[in-house]
This record gives sequence, structure tokens and C-alpha cells, in this order.
Amino acid sequence: MNKINSASHTLWGRLSAWVEGDPLPREKKAAAPAPSAPREKKPPVKKMRRFIAFYRVMAVVFCVVIIGVLMATVNALPLFGRADNPASNEVVQRYVESGLEETGAVNIVAGMILDYRAFDTFGESSVLFLAVTSVMILLLRDKNNTDREEDLRTARELIVENKSEDVILQRIAVILVPCILLYGIYVILNGHLSPGGGFSGGAIAGAGLILYASSFGMIRLHRFFSQKTFTAVTTSCLLVYACSKGYSFFTGANHLPTGIPLGTPGAILSSGLILPLDICVGLIVTCTMYGFYAMFTKGEI
Amino acid sequence: MTILEYILLGFLLVCAVAANLSKNLLNAVLIYMSYSVIMSIIWMLLQSPDLAITEAAVGAGVTSVLFFLTLKKVHQLRGTRDE
Repeated sequence: MNKINSASHTLWGRLSAWVEGDPLPREKKAAAPAPSAPREKKPPVKKMRRFIAFYRVMAVVFCVVIIGVLMATVNALPLFGRADNPASNEVVQRYVESGLEETGAVNIVAGMILDYRAFDTFGESSVLFLAVTSVMILLLRDKNNTDREEDLRTARELIVENKSEDVILQRIAVILVPCILLYGIYVILNGHLSPGGGFSGGAIAGAGLILYASSFGMIRLHRFFSQKTFTAVTTSCLLVYACSKGYSFFTGANHLPTGIPLGTPGAILSSGLILPLDICVGLIVTCTMYGFYAMFTKGEI
Repeated sequence: MTILEYILLGFLLVCAVAANLSKNLLNAVLIYMSYSVIMSIIWMLLQSPDLAITEAAVGAGVTSVLFFLTLKKVHQLRGTRDE
């Protein structure tokens, strides 16, 4: 408390105290509240009732108006799949006609999001990274935001968790988790050949990790996946993505000369940079999904 | 095919309204999960399998898990109420 008082005179001290969640020291004592007037004997029942009725009516009116606006907008949209829609212009034509030979990806969606529009996908990955970072800022437990009581409670919860193992869940997880992880890896690696790609495959693999962690506890998962691995994998994947795509962005749509050829469409080693980028996005998404789960349950990865 | 689509869209509407009206939060999350599953089938019928996979994995899987964890954190599941 003494430290806070000494630090509170500078702006920086106040700011750091606010960031760390310490209550701001009140320097000026608030003036004593004026003695309140004696309460009315009857609470204003009639007024309250009128307000509640007004509130309900307004809620209904508000909902109806919003639904009407949305419906009118949907009604004004062009019909789905018509040839003369504004969406089907020369860009789509270019993608469909020469996407295969320019990107080498059989799955044209992957060719679009990881080759033509790869910088957009970089933004999406950064959004995920930022989201998990902010969740970590809010929920990560360390010595600054826990006290003895909370530590004791977590230890007690851990003991209960270790004692009451769910046999059915564990038996099923033993069978399911390898399949889910393998399927996720398959979807990531075949992103340029079949439906799927980095994001969906990463979400599947992350769900597998979550199932493993929730059935066997996180301590077992720590053998191969700790916070250090999490940080290293996410940041390095994001950096690889940023470097390889920033290069082609700043040099005017030149691809990084990686030596990976476009290859024959349909082979797994084809379509240039799309496969490594898919792997990067997949790893980021896997780590993010598991990171959300770990933060929400324990507050530590 | 169109009959199946109309049935699925009807289910979608029912799920959307029921998730709002359900008083039990756990039920609301489960209804929301089924909404995501129906939505992924509809994506499949609209010939966008990429979106279908993502919707099934994220919407029905990870989001629901996060909702369950949040409900557990705020002690709204049975068995976690008295602490």
C-alpha cells in the first residue's frame, strides 16, 4: 500500500497501478454525502408498472423494426446464383479460368485464400493470435493475480479431478483422439487438393487436443505441449507467414523464390507456397483453439 | 432435394427461436449447437464443403465447449452451483 501511495503521484505510477488492477488510491476524500431526504412512504408502484409496460411494448416494437429492416435488405439482394449478379464479374472469371495453372491448387478456394488473397488470410491469423493474446492477458494466472485462497482452491479441484476419472470418457477418447488428430492433419495437408485447409483442419486438430485434455487432464498434455511450445509455435508460424507473404506484397506480387514448383495439380507436393502456408495457419489455429480451452478451464496452458 | 432444404430451414428457424426463449442456459447452448450442425448440412447442400467443415468444427465443436466452460465458470451448471 505504501508503494502504491508513493507511486501514485506520477502519471506512470497511476497508469501501471490501473493496468495491474490495483484500486486507485483516493487522494481527495469524497465529500460526505448529504443527509438523504426522508423516503417517501409509498414506492411509486404506478409509475413502475407504467414503465415496465412501456419497456415491453418498446422491446417488441424494436424487434419488429429490426426484423423488418433486415428482411427488406434480404429482399433487395440479388437472387442466389444468377449470372448477372454483381458478384460474378471478371475477377471470378479469372479465378475460375486460370486459377489452376497460376496457383497449382486443385481446390480453387485454397488457391484464392492462400495465393491471390493470402494477405487477407494473414490478417485473419493475426486476429486469432491477438484474440488468444488478449484472453491470456485477462485469464492467465500468475503470482500477480492470484492469492493463497485461490491457490488452495485450485489444488483442491485438482485432487478431486485426479480422483474421479471418467472411465467411459477415457475409453472413448483413446479410440477417438488419434482419429480426430489424423483427420485434422489430413485436412491441413490436403488443403490445396480437397475441401478444407489450414483453418478447418486446425480447428479439427484443436478439438482433438481439447478432447484429450478434458479426458486425461492437462498434466498429461504438458508432456508434449507446454506454454513454451505454444508461444514458440504460434509466433514462429505467424512470422514465417508474414515474411513469405510480406515479401510478395512489398515486391509487387512476386512470389518468394522458395524452389517449390507449382508441380502437377493433384500431387501433394504441388502448388508452391500454399502447402507450407496451410501448415502454418493450421498450427496457429490448433494452438489457438487449445489455448482458449486451457485459459477458460485452468488459466494456464 | 428442395423438400429437404425446406425441412432444414424450418429446423433452423425453430432452433434460432428456441435458443432465445429457453430459460435453461445449458439447453440454449445445446440448441445453438444443433443450429450449427444444421447450418453445416445446409452449407454442404449449397456446395461449399470448406465452409461446412469449418462450421461443424468451430460452430458445433469448439464454440460449444467454450460456452460450457463459461457456464461452469459462472456456476450455472448443475453440480457447480454451490461452491
